[in-house]
Amino acid sequence: MALQVIFIIVSLFTLVSALMVVLHRNLFISALFLVASFFGVAVIYLLLEAEFLAVAQILIYIGAIATLIVFAIMLSRGMMTGRTSPYNAQAVWAGLGSVVLGLVLLYVVAFRVQWPVVEQEVPPDAIEQLGRALVGPYVIPFEVASVLLLAALIGAVMIAREREV
Amino acid sequence: MSPLDPRILGEWWNAFLNGLGLSSGWVVFINALVVTVILLGFALTSVLFIIWLERKLAARIQDRLGPNRLGPYGLFQSIADALKLLTKEDITPDNAERVTYNLAPGLSVFAVLMLVLVIPFGPGLIGADINVGVLYIIAMGSIGIMAALMAGWSSNNKYALLGGFRTVAQLLSYEIPMVLAMSVPVLFAGTMSLEGIVQAQATRWFGIVMPAVFLLYFLSALAENERTPFDLLEAESEIVAGYHIEYSGLKFAWFFLAFFLNSLILSAIAATLFLGGWQGPFVEQVPILGIFYFFIKTTLLLFVFMWIRATFPRLRIDQMMAFAWKVLVPMGLVLVLWAAFVMKLPAPAWLRDVVLFVGNVAVLAVTLGGIGRHLRKEAERYTVRRQLANP
Repeated sequence: MALQVIFIIVSLFTLVSALMVVLHRNLFISALFLVASFFGVAVIYLLLEAEFLAVAQILIYIGAIATLIVFAIMLSRGMMTGRTSPYNAQAVWAGLGSVVLGLVLLYVVAFRVQWPVVEQEVPPDAIEQLGRALVGPYVIPFEVASVLLLAALIGAVMIAREREV
Repeated sequence: MSPLDPRILGEWWNAFLNGLGLSSGWVVFINALVVTVILLGFALTSVLFIIWLERKLAARIQDRLGPNRLGPYGLFQSIADALKLLTKEDITPDNAERVTYNLAPGLSVFAVLMLVLVIPFGPGLIGADINVGVLYIIAMGSIGIMAALMAGWSSNNKYALLGGFRTVAQLLSYEIPMVLAMSVPVLFAGTMSLEGIVQAQATRWFGIVMPAVFLLYFLSALAENERTPFDLLEAESEIVAGYHIEYSGLKFAWFFLAFFLNSLILSAIAATLFLGGWQGPFVEQVPILGIFYFFIKTTLLLFVFMWIRATFPRLRIDQMMAFAWKVLVPMGLVLVLWAAFVMKLPAPAWLRDVVLFVGNVAVLAVTLGGIGRHLRKEAERYTVRRQLANP
C-alpha cells in the first residue's frame, strides 16, 4: 500500500519533469528537468529492488549524459541573457505528432505486450550473474557497443583537434 | 558474542522494539529513522571539529596561532562562526534564477551526506551494507557536480559561471582516475560492498600491496575535494571565489559544510578501501577497537589532506588538466590491467600480492621518472628563454 503511494508520487514527478523538459522556455532549466526525470526513473528502479540499475542510472544518465548536455548548453551562445527559445514555427505539428506517437505506444504497451511475471525473489548475487552474462553469452554485443563508443570517442577527438600546419 | 561488541547494542534495541509488539514494517521504519539521526548528527558535529582542526593545523604549519579566543585552544570558534553565518543577511542577485539558485547549496550537501550511509565505521556498524556500495559512491559524486553547475549558472555572474565550467572540467576529468583506482580493490575483494572490501583486508591492507593505486586514489580525491593544489575552482587570484561567489549567510554555509564533510568522507573511503577500514590487531576479540582503528586511519589521511593544503601552491589550469589526462589516466589503466592479470595468475595468494606490489612499484617509478624528465626539460627551456631575454 505504502509502496503504491510512493510509486504514484514518483511516477508523477518523473512524468511532470519529462513534460517540463519540452515545455519550458529556458534551455538550461529544461536540462535540469531532464536530470529530475532521470532521478525519478532511478527511484522507480529502487522500488523494483534493482539497486544496480538505479545506481547505474544515476551514474550514467545524471553523471555523464546530463552533465555533458548542461555543459554544451552553457557553452552555447546567448546563454547568459537567459532568453533562448527552443520553439519554432512547427510547435503545433510537433505537438500533434508526439500525441499520436504517444497514443500508439501506449496502446502497444497496454494491450499488445506480454508482461512475464516470475514468482521469485531477486537473487542475492544478481550483479555477479549480470557480470558473468556480459562476459559470457552476451560478450559480442557488449564488445560491439564498446567499439562503437571508442569509435565515437576517436571521431570526436579528430574533429576537435587543431590542424597541424 | 563478547560484551565489548557494539553489535550487542543493536540486538538489545531490536529486542526492545519487538518487545513493544510493533509490526516488522514499523521496526524497519524506526530503525531507519534512528540510523539517519545518528549518522546526520555524527556528520554535522564532526564538521565543526574538522573546520577547527584545519584552521589550527594550517596556522601551526604557517607559524601563526590560529583560533585561540573561544574555549580551550579556540575549540568553540567554529560554533561561533556558524552562529555568525546564521545571522548574516541572505542576498539573492537580481537576475538570478531563483529556484535553481536556492536548490544548489542543498543539493551539494545532499550529495555528500548520502555517502555517510555506506561507510563501515566498525564491525557491523554500517548504515546500509548495499551490494553496489562503491558504484553508489561514484554515482553520488556526480550529483555534486550538478550542484556546482547549477550554482555557477544561476548566480548570473561571469565569475560564478567560469567557476562552474572549471568545476565540471576538473571533477569529470579526475573522476576517471578515481573510478579506475577504486576498481582495483573491488577486483581483489570480489565485491562492491564496502563491508566486504574491509573483510577482504583481514590479512593485508590493499594500500600496502598496491601503493600506486592508493596514491592514484589519494591524488584524485584531492582534486575531487577541490583542495590545494587542485583548488582552481575557487582560485581567488583568478575568479574571485568560483561558483559560490554570490552566496552569503546560511547558503554559503551549506557549500562550506559540503566541502569539509567531503574531506572527511573521502578520507574515510580511502581508509576503507586501502587501509583496511576497521581492521587492526585484536579486533576479533574486542570488536569495539574497530571504531578506534577506523577513526585513527581516517584522521591520519585527513591530516595529510590538510598538510598538503597548508604547504602547496596551486597548479596552473593547463597543468591540472594535463596531469589528469596524461599522467593519472594512463597510470590507472595500466594498474587495472596489471591487477586483472595478477588475479588470474595460477599462484598462491601471497605470491600474487608480491607480484602485484612489484608491478605497482614499477608503474610508480616509470611515472615519476617521466614527470621528472618533463620538468627538467621545462626548466631548461625556461633558463634558455631567460638568457635570451637578458643577455
